[in-house]
Amino acid sequence: MGSITLRQVSKVFGEAKVIPSIDLEINDGEFVVFVGPSGCGKSTLLRLIAGLEDVSGGQILIDGKDVTHAAPAERGLAMVFQSYALYPHMSVRKNIAFPLKMAKMEQSAIDKKVEAAARVLNLTDYLERRPSQLSGGQRQRVAIGRAIVREPSAFLFDEPLSNLDAALRGTMRLEISDLHHQLKTTMVYVTHDQVEAMTMADKIVVLNRGNIEQVGSPLDLYKSPRNLFVAGFIGSPKMNFIDGAYAQSRSARTAGIRPEHLGLSKDSGTWRGTVKVAEHLGADTFLHLDVDGIGPITARCDGEFGAYHGDTVYMTPDESKLHRFDDKGLAIRG
Amino acid sequence: MARNVTTRHKVTATVFAWIVALIIFFPILYTLITSVKTEPEAIAGFSLIPSGTFENYVTVQTQRDYFKPFMNSVVLAVGSTILALIIAIPSAWAMAFSPTKRTKDILMWMLSTKMMPAVAVLVPIYLMFRDFGLLDTRIGLTVMLTLINLPIVVWMLYTYFREIPGEILEAARMDGAGLWQEIVYVLTPMAVPGIASTLLLNIILAWNEAFWTIRLSTTNAAPLTAFIASFSSPQGLFWAKLSAASTMAIAPILILGWFSQKQLVRGLTFGAVK
Repeated sequence: MGSITLRQVSKVFGEAKVIPSIDLEINDGEFVVFVGPSGCGKSTLLRLIAGLEDVSGGQILIDGKDVTHAAPAERGLAMVFQSYALYPHMSVRKNIAFPLKMAKMEQSAIDKKVEAAARVLNLTDYLERRPSQLSGGQRQRVAIGRAIVREPSAFLFDEPLSNLDAALRGTMRLEISDLHHQLKTTMVYVTHDQVEAMTMADKIVVLNRGNIEQVGSPLDLYKSPRNLFVAGFIGSPKMNFIDGAYAQSRSARTAGIRPEHLGLSKDSGTWRGTVKVAEHLGADTFLHLDVDGIGPITARCDGEFGAYHGDTVYMTPDESKLHRFDDKGLAIRG
Repeated sequence: MARNVTTRHKVTATVFAWIVALIIFFPILYTLITSVKTEPEAIAGFSLIPSGTFENYVTVQTQRDYFKPFMNSVVLAVGSTILALIIAIPSAWAMAFSPTKRTKDILMWMLSTKMMPAVAVLVPIYLMFRDFGLLDTRIGLTVMLTLINLPIVVWMLYTYFREIPGEILEAARMDGAGLWQEIVYVLTPMAVPGIASTLLLNIILAWNEAFWTIRLSTTNAAPLTAFIASFSSPQGLFWAKLSAASTMAIAPILILGWFSQKQLVRGLTFGAVK
């Protein structure tokens, strides 16, 4: 079991209200991602759940039990840190065994568990090495191994992949998702990278200035963002926002259209623009255009489209995929 | 562009470094030379060529037992260092990992006691030692040396502990380590290089401390510093014997310093060059 409930949880550092008040329900077995820009309070929220910070107000329940004032170790959670936080003076084996040693488990049982975890994480050949003799990815796997052996009710990940290079990040992302399928344990994952959020999460919690902007599945957030912040944060390249006459004609203050929802043509279309920058990624090309009467627009097109700096391109927005926002920045439905 | 270092520059720098090193080392060298001169030679004036007699060493050992002050020095240096570490490790831990608004002030205050001239508190401390029956006792001197070196020990350890990432200690806390286990299994092993250099430096400081050891001891607890000082007596100065005694007093610490220099340099520059 591993359900986590936050009831009006708040955190104040001196004068700064980092988290005003948050209510959140994390179900057993769910992969939940906290995502948001730097300083939005996502790591603080995770640390509150872990017990590494004391809450200023509210309640934290794990499996229905109030753990608001319980020590980190008493909460039955395991955490993987951004810097891996391995014990540099211990071998991989001792690192993974450490939580079991603290739990005063018998040595033979510890050995069995460590070896089982090492098999799952492909670390068997590295058990006698020190963390300094491992690559970044291996270190992160050791950190995960240390978390697994405790058989926690939930795993907490604090930006675990941000120290890795892009290729390794992709691989580790898959490994963590795969691990979640194998263990079926609740995972709470903090990241500022919306690609990680979209690819891994069952449920995404978008945070901004300590408040929850929206909670939902990745596709929910992509298809029906609740406000301008979520619309701009989820999706890459980000959604185009258009104010002025075009928005007004659709009874909105701001209209939003994603770069992939613009039909492109070299001959005709609703809007006409000039290519300022073309980013050729191979399969896709991102065109950054200056559109007459609209302003800067980003469009995503097929890699074969063949548009370059200075070319004129016509665009037709897919009206069925258009997002509309009111004066307060909230989405207008229907 | 890389700096252009010519061979001439290198030679000049090397020669300069050797000259400075020799100037620094000269008093020790001259003590060593004087210790193998006869007393008339020693007072005859500056000379780098001794007659090469070891008579002074024999006299020093037979007339005044060297072993006793040597053992006192060992007990005081090692004892005060261990005591200082026992007090300083938890204090530095608290200040490094649970700092409060006043932590910096406390650290500065501790350090400021080192800026005070020792002689300013000589009378009250002497009287306290007298009243508690601590004069000329190993326990009294050990406590004294512990107290005077404690600020430096706490500062050094605080600096080393600050270098240890807080996340590792948080990981230990998540892994179920209590405060004590955190200090024993995680913090201390990680701080071993820092603790080792603090230990070495403190042993050297305690070994060389002369002001308090000479004033608070006479015979029973007198360490080597007092032993050397005793050669300057109302009967006159015995330069050659004084030098022999000095050589015997500094030899152990010089040897310790020589073997641990790598650790000492690493420890003292830790953080600064990382």
